[in-house]
Amino acid sequence: MLILRKFAKDRPAVLGAAIVVAVVLVAMLAPALAPFPGDVSASHLLQRLKPPSWAHPFGTDNLGRDIFSRVILGTRGALIVAIMVVGLAMLIGVPLGLIGGYYRRWDAEAIMRVTDLFLAVPQLILALALAQLMSPSLQTAMLALTLTYWPFFTRIVYAETRRLKASLFIDALQCMGARTPRILFLHILPNCVSPIIVRATIGMGFTILVAAVLGFLGMGATPPDPDWGLAISESRQYLPEAWWFSTFPGLAIFLTVLGFNLLGDGLRDIVDPRLRRSR
Amino acid sequence: MIAPLLDIRNLRLSVKTDEGTAQILDHVELKLAPGRILGVVGESGCGKSTLVRAVLGILPKTAKIETGEILFEGEDLLLLEERDLVDRVRGGRIGFIPQDPYLALNPVFTIGSQLLAVMRRHAPAPARLRTGALMQHHRARLIELLRRVHIPEAEAVLDRYPHQFSGGQRQRILIAGALACAPRLLIADEPTTAIDVTTQLQILRLLRSLASEFGLAMLFVTHDLGIVAQLCDEVTVMYAGQTVESGPTNVVLTKPRHPYTSALLACHPDRAKALLGIPGLVPSPLNPPTGCRFFSRCPDAIAYCRHRSPRLVTSNAGHLVNCRLFEAEADTAA
Amino acid sequence: MLGFIVRRILLAIPSLFGLLVLTFFLIRVVPADPAAALAGDNATPAQIAEVRRQYGFDQPIYQQFAIYLGQVARLDFGESAYSHRSVALDIKQRLPATLELTIVALLLGTIIGIPLGTIAAIYHNRWPDSLLRILSVAGVAIAAFWFAIQLQLLFAMELDWLPLRGRLSSAITAPPTLTGFLLVDSLVAGRLDAFSDALRHLVLPAVTLCLGALATIARFTRAGVLDTLQRDFVTYARAQGVPGRVLIWKFVLKNSVVAAVTQVGLLFGSLIAGAVVVETIFDWPGIGFYTVQAILTADYKVMLAVTLLVGVVYAVVNILVDLVHGLIDPRLWEQL
Repeated sequence: MLILRKFAKDRPAVLGAAIVVAVVLVAMLAPALAPFPGDVSASHLLQRLKPPSWAHPFGTDNLGRDIFSRVILGTRGALIVAIMVVGLAMLIGVPLGLIGGYYRRWDAEAIMRVTDLFLAVPQLILALALAQLMSPSLQTAMLALTLTYWPFFTRIVYAETRRLKASLFIDALQCMGARTPRILFLHILPNCVSPIIVRATIGMGFTILVAAVLGFLGMGATPPDPDWGLAISESRQYLPEAWWFSTFPGLAIFLTVLGFNLLGDGLRDIVDPRLRRSR
Repeated sequence: MIAPLLDIRNLRLSVKTDEGTAQILDHVELKLAPGRILGVVGESGCGKSTLVRAVLGILPKTAKIETGEILFEGEDLLLLEERDLVDRVRGGRIGFIPQDPYLALNPVFTIGSQLLAVMRRHAPAPARLRTGALMQHHRARLIELLRRVHIPEAEAVLDRYPHQFSGGQRQRILIAGALACAPRLLIADEPTTAIDVTTQLQILRLLRSLASEFGLAMLFVTHDLGIVAQLCDEVTVMYAGQTVESGPTNVVLTKPRHPYTSALLACHPDRAKALLGIPGLVPSPLNPPTGCRFFSRCPDAIAYCRHRSPRLVTSNAGHLVNCRLFEAEADTAA
Repeated sequence: MLGFIVRRILLAIPSLFGLLVLTFFLIRVVPADPAAALAGDNATPAQIAEVRRQYGFDQPIYQQFAIYLGQVARLDFGESAYSHRSVALDIKQRLPATLELTIVALLLGTIIGIPLGTIAAIYHNRWPDSLLRILSVAGVAIAAFWFAIQLQLLFAMELDWLPLRGRLSSAITAPPTLTGFLLVDSLVAGRLDAFSDALRHLVLPAVTLCLGALATIARFTRAGVLDTLQRDFVTYARAQGVPGRVLIWKFVLKNSVVAAVTQVGLLFGSLIAGAVVVETIFDWPGIGFYTVQAILTADYKVMLAVTLLVGVVYAVVNILVDLVHGLIDPRLWEQL
């Protein structure tokens, strides 16, 4: 309860949480909220490139589709991609981090070298290269993103595990005869949960961003998906006249990522004990 | 009667925490005459460090002074703005020796740059010296003081970094730094707690001789009665944020009046045959008891004590006690 | 101090060697037929055979590696399958453009970010802190490609204050190439018109690129300062009467920027990624755009060369970062 009160005092974090909740709700209720749900695929060429109006708050795109609806519908795709990528990355990264941090054997060291290597390459470049290797589509983009993100989890779990391994209570457990899997999962892992949650929240934001870039570069979602990045890419040739075409999908990306990042930041401030003091 | 250099009157202080408001200090009284060494003694959590911070004006933002005055050379420090405290009080008139020499020095600056930064603002400066010559003067004075506190190669020290020195050396450097600004009052907050016992002894002897040499008054905060016995002229005993007893050291330590002081002395390993303790727990400042805070652990407590507001009563000349046991004496004495 | 630098450089060598080995294996393991991959999509069988001979794919593996090392030493990366020009030459022409952009963006990020982060920490939990925190998170949350387009919309298309794309207007002739950095070269040649034009062209791309860096630097400076403010030596300095301004901007800051400096090293990666996007949007003739093109057209020779290049630049940047660390914190000298 103390933690909730502390969280509530952190205004940016509360803002982030509110945004995330709103985005999740929009994603869940998308078909009901969008005024023109059929515009996922339908086209109304007579209405193309109309500026924002009451009927079309965000205007229409080059195929006459309502941008407001497409932005709302795009929320689903963005969130699903983010959840799957982050979830998978966690499943791969966390165990690797535990192993890497706990054992001093050569294979554990090797895991960490490989992790460092992955971390050295910028996420975007790696994702691009992987997507290209596997022929571009939304699925390969997701796989590429997962493969670029797992090292982040590995690194923080590794750091926590190393730190805890050096502490006395692990020594005590080992002396009492506790077996390694038990130590890893019952004692070390729970201590890692907070940084993992923080990293996962921020990861949602970054995944949505990088997925948008991939969509923009044509390596991710394909038409007629209401993908935000794709929409911005399609909008370029109609600038500067149809400015609304690029502006609103971008704002959606911005708000969503902002929400996740603010939330993640707020969580991190709570989790980090050094900042927890009352002054 | 000489006017006290430092006169703390009825100080009450609370701190806001996540769990509520903590009454850290309640009716603290303290008098320190010029050139005397006063020990403030109490167990962990009794509020001694908070008291020190209150004098220096470096309390956290969550702290609130409820009543009281801290008179230094007649001036109430609690009424001063931060700017005045920086310009006119800290460093130049009140020096400070912190508890942990390992943490008190900035690790990424040389000893010289840190100490000279303070001296530049607060050390006595002979008139009509330009900045360059002034800094040279300060450097020379600092080197001299470092030698006085037995730091070898004093000149080279100024260009070295804190991590290159041992704990005892760092503490002596800190002492030199405090003295360099020629303060009238030196506050030492448990300066020997973080150091080993043999070094402790050296530092105490050093402090003693420096105090008399420079005519300093010293406020020495500690939890160790042994140190008080060796070093301090007078002692104030604190318990749970209240002053419980104060007076000349030899009197308080040989003829303690307050039940807490007696119990404390009885527990001291040098005096006790077995390892004793005082039964009970220190009351939490979040929910302080009304009346005497030692009530729950006092062998002489009666119902009246539960409502007795803290009040120092004179037992003998200069010997004050915050206990009902001596109120009758005071009345008859009066 | 010197020993520290030398040791750091020596430490970098195994990583670079590892990178050489890695790229060597990648190009031979990943594509089905490495020779065909290197030759490009449009190569004739004769050309593929030629590539096979050049790279020694028909020879034992250690000989291949020797050939590879020789090529790298001579900076011979072959010809790009896309542009049909020497890869080494392409890179030599394009690298300065990206470097200039990245350095300016980084400078902007640091000069603005560090003071912002410090101010946020001083006003911890009050409105300047909340505002700056939201802004710095926003900086990272903004999709660079979208922001670039919006900037173009506003400043280039609507207001016509700044140029839309490229490094130099077509009307201005470039100064003689000395470093490849237009700002430097134009000043050296005394060409103020070229200097101001190049500067105007740098504004939008650099602002777009610096956002992420600025946000991160501000965040980490803020965290560093907050952390430092809790430490005992700050309380002690305050007790000694060191005034607030000196305390913060000298004694606290030096302790606080270590984390931010580390971030700069890590940021470098995201700056490269950002450069990719920014160069695409602003038609900036740099390495970023070149690389994306290579990836999209499966131009393996270019990808290989760029990977090695990035590895080297990374190593250099990390050495520089460690150097700055050493300058800030003297306790590090004995370590390593």
